[in-house]
Amino acid sequence: MRSPDARLIAGIDLGTRMTKSVLFDPRSDSVLSRSTDYTGHDLAKAAENGLAEITRKAGVNPEDIFYVASTGYGRYQAPMRQTQITDISCHAMGARFLFPRTTSVLDVGAQNAKAIRIDENGRVIKFRMNDKCASGAGRFLERVSKSLEIELEEIGLLSLRSKDPQPISSICAVLAESEVINLVTAGYPIEDIVMGAHLSISDRIVALLRQIGVDGEISLTGGITRNAGMVKALEQKLGKRLNVCDDSEYAGAIGACLLARRRLRKLEEQNAVRVVP
Amino acid sequence: MLVAGVDVGSTQTKAVILNENSEIIARGILNTGANVVKAAEKAFQAARSQAKVDEWEITSVAGTGYGRYKVHFGDIQITEISCHARGANFIFPGTRTILDIGGQDTKGIRVNEKGEVVDFCMNDKCAAGTGRFLGAAADVMSIPLDDLGEVALRSNNPLRITNVCTVFVETEIMNHLSRGKKGEDILAGVHQSIAGRSVSLIRRVGVVPEVTFTGGVSKNIGMVKALEEKLGCAINVSDDSQYMGALGAAIIALERAKARHDGQEAEGTKTPRMPKMPKMPGMPGMPGMPGIPGINEEPQ
Repeated sequence: MRSPDARLIAGIDLGTRMTKSVLFDPRSDSVLSRSTDYTGHDLAKAAENGLAEITRKAGVNPEDIFYVASTGYGRYQAPMRQTQITDISCHAMGARFLFPRTTSVLDVGAQNAKAIRIDENGRVIKFRMNDKCASGAGRFLERVSKSLEIELEEIGLLSLRSKDPQPISSICAVLAESEVINLVTAGYPIEDIVMGAHLSISDRIVALLRQIGVDGEISLTGGITRNAGMVKALEQKLGKRLNVCDDSEYAGAIGACLLARRRLRKLEEQNAVRVVP
Repeated sequence: MLVAGVDVGSTQTKAVILNENSEIIARGILNTGANVVKAAEKAFQAARSQAKVDEWEITSVAGTGYGRYKVHFGDIQITEISCHARGANFIFPGTRTILDIGGQDTKGIRVNEKGEVVDFCMNDKCAAGTGRFLGAAADVMSIPLDDLGEVALRSNNPLRITNVCTVFVETEIMNHLSRGKKGEDILAGVHQSIAGRSVSLIRRVGVVPEVTFTGGVSKNIGMVKALEEKLGCAINVSDDSQYMGALGAAIIALERAKARHDGQEAEGTKTPRMPKMPKMPGMPGMPGMPGIPGINEEPQ
């Protein structure tokens, strides 16, 4: 049950790979706590775990949470949600919150890459995404790291050591595995192979971005922001800097909180709910 | 005379040893993994230890598959397309169309009555409709790969799998599972999806009966049934269909070794490629026999 002075908003972003949750205080306009964990196949459980974790980390009680907004591909499977919002709107809002001058958002997750053009209010003007093929998404790197038998977390830093990147010509994330193994057998340094994979994905992501325009400030969001090699490869292909910060990964969850607040304010105007600070 | 074929595939490496009557006397199979050279060596060794023969007793080794140039102990390299064609023709002489579904490749091959390749096509850009598609399903559903077909056959109400991308299919399956759909219905859908894609691939070379199904996926009974349904005809599947590439390679190696041997006989220079060491009576297959150090290394 909610307590009478509950005011916090929880945003849960159920991605194909990771579930990102944040606890947001609308009074101070700040993120109180964050959590990231594997989604797995029990989406309801992933959402519940995320909510429990941010509550614990912020040192608040579950009753202090006034509203829960879910987003991401698994947003309909979060049982405690009061609302669900598409991840495109959420990433747009979240990116704008983190970097107020953002005009384009590039959200790259495990399976999807999305390029989103937004207006000055953080509203989506247009967007493009990969919908048929995972070739320009994080899963490509996951497969590459698996075939090289190194941790996904390590390949970004490893790639930064590359002097002579080896291009990966396979587009398919599955077929790239064999190509990587061939390059290893041929004796190329691992860092050059890994950087080649990063650049190959970057090509496809940049092509997606060009469809919505590359002018203005571009903010990168999603799990890919944790990979320094990927950021470098994208910047190299684009020829400009990208906005990235520690919270970029949580842009979707943060955006869900912001949109939930907007919705609550609207409801409040209609006197449908109690005043939210 | 003994010969061997080693088929280094993207997922599994297969080896067979043939005697001079073209009979398979041994087989070896293992996962290819990251070290292709080692996989080739190990599969060859597995077949040799099954046949209880040493390396020097094998007159010729042919490498095939995507890793054929990594079979460093081989003296011939042949593309897997030619090998599957020869292997299928050998086991099912009436074969005119071959569907080979492996871990990452699906190929349609048209052959003539001699087992020579007339036309072929393959997936080259995308792993949709390959064995890896089944691998993804097996991983997500935690069902052993070998049981997938059986489970799929239990379905009365196959679901439609809409995604093409192997990576996306994993998520689609997870969604179906989280909505409480039956595993057998999901799997039946996966099998039909692969069958549909494979059939449209082999239609590009023209489907002429008999159709022979080769490659690792041919072991899957659910796939065989789904393909027969889509094609509207029965398809040939042998117990050795997984070894078809290795078998074809070995057959070609045997043919060439015999031709070489005959050629030498005709010229009157009846020298084998390497000295034959007689096996010690009563001690067949002892490793390292006949016990003279260094004698088992093939003279280069």
